[in-house]
Amino acid sequence: MTEHMQNNEKKTVNYEKQMRDIMTTYYINAKTARQNNKKVAWITSGGPVEPLIAMDIIPVYPENHGAMIGASKMGVDLCNKAEQMGYSSDLCSYARGDISCATVNGGPIGGLPEPDMLVCCNNICGTVLKWYEVQARYFKVPLFIFDTPIVHTEFSSEMRTYVQRQMDEYILFLEGVCGRKMDQDRMKEVGKLSYEGQQLWQEVLDTAVNRPSPLTAFDAFFYLALIVTLRGTQQAVDYYRGLRDEMRRRASEGKGAIPRERYRLLWDNLPIWYRLKWLSQEFAKHDACLVADTYTSAWCGSLKYVKENDFIGSAAESYTRIYLNIGVDQMAGIVLSMIDKYGADGIVMHSNRSCKPYSFGQYDIQKIVERERGIPSLIIEADMCDERSFSEAQTQTRIDAFMEMIRANKEAF
Amino acid sequence: MNHLEEYRRAVSEPSDYARQLKKASGKKIIGYTCSYTPEEVIMAAGAHPLRLFGTKQNISLADSHLQSYCCSVVRGILEEGLSGRVDYLDGMVFPHTCDSMQRLSDIWRMNIPLGFHLDITLPVKLDTASAKDYMIDVLKKSRDDLGRKLNIEITDEALQKAIATTNAIRQSIRAIYDIRNLYPQLMPGEDLYTIVRSSMIIDRDRLAVILAETAADLKERAVGAKPAAVKRILLAGSMCNQPDVYAMIQESGGEIVWDDFCTGARYFAGLTDAGNDPLSGIGERLMDRVVCPAKHADLDGRAKHIIQLAKEKNARGVIFLMFKFCDPHAFDYPYLKERLDKAGIPLMVVEIDDSLPAGGQLKTRFEAFLEMLRKEI
Repeated sequence: MTEHMQNNEKKTVNYEKQMRDIMTTYYINAKTARQNNKKVAWITSGGPVEPLIAMDIIPVYPENHGAMIGASKMGVDLCNKAEQMGYSSDLCSYARGDISCATVNGGPIGGLPEPDMLVCCNNICGTVLKWYEVQARYFKVPLFIFDTPIVHTEFSSEMRTYVQRQMDEYILFLEGVCGRKMDQDRMKEVGKLSYEGQQLWQEVLDTAVNRPSPLTAFDAFFYLALIVTLRGTQQAVDYYRGLRDEMRRRASEGKGAIPRERYRLLWDNLPIWYRLKWLSQEFAKHDACLVADTYTSAWCGSLKYVKENDFIGSAAESYTRIYLNIGVDQMAGIVLSMIDKYGADGIVMHSNRSCKPYSFGQYDIQKIVERERGIPSLIIEADMCDERSFSEAQTQTRIDAFMEMIRANKEAF
Repeated sequence: MNHLEEYRRAVSEPSDYARQLKKASGKKIIGYTCSYTPEEVIMAAGAHPLRLFGTKQNISLADSHLQSYCCSVVRGILEEGLSGRVDYLDGMVFPHTCDSMQRLSDIWRMNIPLGFHLDITLPVKLDTASAKDYMIDVLKKSRDDLGRKLNIEITDEALQKAIATTNAIRQSIRAIYDIRNLYPQLMPGEDLYTIVRSSMIIDRDRLAVILAETAADLKERAVGAKPAAVKRILLAGSMCNQPDVYAMIQESGGEIVWDDFCTGARYFAGLTDAGNDPLSGIGERLMDRVVCPAKHADLDGRAKHIIQLAKEKNARGVIFLMFKFCDPHAFDYPYLKERLDKAGIPLMVVEIDDSLPAGGQLKTRFEAFLEMLRKEI
């Protein structure tokens, strides 16, 4: 966890530990699935996990694994291995790490449990399609592709029909692999829990509107794990309710996440997993709190399309119209509304070599933000897991210069 | 008549060609970016489909919209748009391809006010009934959208006529490939490259006529020809913006007899059934065509296809031209290599960007590869 939180033990020790315990238990369950006669599905981070939960299949997230590889600084080694296997060093570092890890059972948790099936939803990128094809060939297990056409400008009725039909095909696929029917009542219940979990996650993030903010984007990167992996479970709902209450309590007591919050910033793109602590310290040094980000909010961003009592029926729209699977101008619109909501004084954009659909268009968003809101922006050229694409000295210089601008800009008003 | 000069002129100055065509015929010029574009629909609207391949100029304007880790095709197309060099365009059509093309569409729409902009959000998955229905639905929508933008009703009759023209074009290019495959000495590889590329630039009605004549001319010249003793090479990848590669391989003692490019054999693969429902016919061809790695038809179709092509064309080796930062192709490469190795087909990979490696470096590599093939005979 980030340094500023360790400085104030009383603040987070419970929720942090609880999260670690939940995730440890989750991975132990996943790794012992075979012994317990349970099936394991690998699924993309933006994929519809709820039917898996309803079918009592354990979902495992190679992307979450990728983040762990990055945070434990094992990215370079595993990426190197993938490059020896013939994968270009320009490919996504999550994919490179996961693909090579599968062959050596390496990484921070000794590899993921082998999948019984693969579920690939391309609402986040086209990379996952290729990545899951690689794993389907390697593990020789069935692959379900959940194809969510990008909504450049319009979510058409044709798209709705296509994606909705795939939801039915998806459930049939799961029933086929498991050899049993889905319990519709259970599915409804899971759908409600997913809705509730997403709502609570949004409420956790919303506490950052307070001044000072009780949490930073760096905290959100950590707390995110459950809404990704255990969305649709009671456990996630209970956890986030508690976390929300805790954050609200801190906000009401005026307890900020960093010692002195003078400037409030928005983060764009995935975290730079191997430099979280360093980055949080660098910004905290400048009294800057990263109050919100476009990444963690993506797991509740399409809440407006979810029907609590008809989760499956509304899934076509809610799974298609997520942040990333929309046009750059719509993404810019969301960034502007977050700037307003959280009162951001500037925006920090991670230009992430690993993630083309997230990064291409950032320069345009940057121009729109500068034009519409007149606040400074910083682009950090890096990669989410591959440290070889990161220069600490250069980044530090740029952060210092950016913070100078933020200060000057604030004083001018 | 072999019409080579006409093909060459169009390929070397596509913008001049398009301007002249527009002036002479009054046709609207519609740019597109990918071989999954339903050209027939554009043609049925009385417009002219023109594929953009990138740029021959330095990329500078696109740098303020796209990071350096974007491929040169996408950056080059954006550069052409931003520079105003393609200001004759009446519209742009973006079929969904890969992540980079997807963002190119957004950035183009937000920055380049040239005529209309249309996304054709094709399915990524091509192996299910619902994907096929969606494909046809999207094509119908694209017909309606294009009709509205161009202010014309696109009829089934017009679609059938366009299909007949594109089918004739594909058959002629195929005939040229087939003859040249047997007697590569009859036509330099570079000319083949020029012909197939010009077929995405030249007016299609005109093209149908001249390509048939070129094919007939080649057929005539093939009478009595003897198979040449050359080292037969198959080119794989997405496209090639450097015709020099053909000459270099030839000078190194090899001969490109076939390819797997979307600006090559994948472009003319398969004919369209004009039938009663022309849009279904177009959709079916796109579903069944040799797949682009940005789409999913099955798990190993591309490996099978390339191995089959190599065997069928009796190729001694495969040269894989890989665009830097092209993720779909880069993900496929390791398994393609593994499968080709197993099948005993030598494979060489060359990473290309907007320019070829300096000096004789590439030629030396081609020579080494071809030398190795000689020893194996």
